[in-house]
Amino acid sequence: MNILKRILGIVWIALGPLVLFYLVRTGAAEIAKNPATNTKIQWGVFIAVFIPIAVGLVLFGYYAVKGEYDGAEKA
Amino acid sequence: MPSNSFPASDIRKIIVASSVGTLIEWYDFYIYGSLATVIASQFYPHSNPGAALLSTLATFAAGFVVRPFGALVFGRLGDLIGRKYTFLLTLIIMGGSTFAIGLIPGYAQIGFAAPLLVLLLRLLQGLALGGEYGGAATYVAEHAPDHRRGLYTSWIQATATVGLFVSLGVILLVRHGLDPDPARSVEKFNSWGWRIPFLISIVLVAISVYIRLKMKESPLFQRLKSEGKLSVNPLTESFGRKTNLKIVLLALFGATMGQGVVFYAGQFYAQSFLETVCKIDFDQSKTMLLLAILFATPFFVLFGSWSDRVGRKWIMLGGMLLAIVTYPYLFRQLLTIPGTESRTELVAQKEILSTVSFIGKTKDVLHTSNTISHYDGGLIVTETSKDTVYASGKAPTTKPVTTMSRTVSGADYWKMVGILFLMVFYVTMVYGPIAAFLVELFPTRIRYTSMSLPYHIGNGIFGGMTPFIATLLTTIYTGDKLVGLWYPIGVAAVCLVIGAVYIPNRSQNLEFEN
Repeated sequence: MNILKRILGIVWIALGPLVLFYLVRTGAAEIAKNPATNTKIQWGVFIAVFIPIAVGLVLFGYYAVKGEYDGAEKA
Repeated sequence: MPSNSFPASDIRKIIVASSVGTLIEWYDFYIYGSLATVIASQFYPHSNPGAALLSTLATFAAGFVVRPFGALVFGRLGDLIGRKYTFLLTLIIMGGSTFAIGLIPGYAQIGFAAPLLVLLLRLLQGLALGGEYGGAATYVAEHAPDHRRGLYTSWIQATATVGLFVSLGVILLVRHGLDPDPARSVEKFNSWGWRIPFLISIVLVAISVYIRLKMKESPLFQRLKSEGKLSVNPLTESFGRKTNLKIVLLALFGATMGQGVVFYAGQFYAQSFLETVCKIDFDQSKTMLLLAILFATPFFVLFGSWSDRVGRKWIMLGGMLLAIVTYPYLFRQLLTIPGTESRTELVAQKEILSTVSFIGKTKDVLHTSNTISHYDGGLIVTETSKDTVYASGKAPTTKPVTTMSRTVSGADYWKMVGILFLMVFYVTMVYGPIAAFLVELFPTRIRYTSMSLPYHIGNGIFGGMTPFIATLLTTIYTGDKLVGLWYPIGVAAVCLVIGAVYIPNRSQNLEFEN
């Protein structure tokens, strides 16, 4: 199980930036389609809110790779 | 004093006092979301109803996005000065801002100041709620014996859904109680009656403040305080040190993130889906959800209690798994049950009703036409078209506005209630045990701060934005009415994997300090 936790840690490290990339790309396309202030504000809020969450997911993955969660499920 | 030495009657008072206040805060928060359509028409320009609705949902989401900040501010306060006074303060802020929303004049009266004021008050609501939940859950948990913590805190968990139930009930009662004529009652409600649910909350808040003033501080907090062991900087201890930060991250990505999307998809997105995609009549969609909540609410307590025996983790993850697997089928059923494709229209019963009325004090006329189609199985589809005829003879500058609503009856009605019940049932699985789960992760000195942030990010951001993001997906990928489900399903799936692999399945005594 500990090996699985560490391997999955790499997945979480990659998932954070991937999600952000998808959000930014989709947001840019939507703003290009409809450059109204409303659209820019909405997508700006999404991206601003999910940046720290993506950073948190990367950090979680880093801790997992480092073994910080090893052995906890048996307690 | 050990947390398990309170008489049962004292515990009941503690649970009631905490739960009533939390229920009222949820009610205050939910009436805004439940009245999103009406509020849109009052505070945003009439020219674009679609944009207005989206803007209001965004304002709704703003209330959610700000919740984590409330969690930080009031969580810190709760760990510094105590649970009791902190969640008294949050109650006063929530009640005051809700009451104030009911007083703001509409866009037609004060222009752009109206939506700005609404936004400000909505942000205050979000801040207050960010501080309320952590306080209530921590307060009850710190009085509960170890083997009953899930049961006792599950009453707090039930208040969120009961608050929604009360908000829907009050809205329906007011909407239909303003005039003996149903149509005029709805007209009055849309015009000014929608303010009543906001205004009456001040009475509920006053009662709750009175009850909470009589409560004593948490015994674990009192003991820490008397021993001089309170944290001097809960924020740094909670989030600036790896030993605690890694647990906060695990709580978020392995539990509250998935719990939040299931909570909001199964109730709020379901409600929005019924009204805007399935075109179910406003009143009927609300009463369906009311019934589903009524039947499912006892399961909060059941699963909270059960988690004391079998552990919290697998109950919560089980709810997420069920949601992931069954949401596409359940939402598709909500879409097809009131559909007309496989039905026969009863042409002989078709009705076309037209009314004309003057617009305000002008000689312009509003022509309203209702086409009511009846289908086998009791389905009724009403198409309403509104057109303006100018007295000057000039041609209309906009197309007639056409809306559709459907009402179902008999077996179809109960099938839809049954589907909604299942969705709320999943909510009880993911949400019932989570208060006890969260309080057990963190030491007393930083518990309020540490548990509040992952809870409000999971629920406020991931969950609260579910209806908005799901609706937005349907406007991007227009070919599939169910495409919005990818968001809650995807988030819950990631959370399920993280929770299953990383979260331990154990309960813990609350008096640990490491």
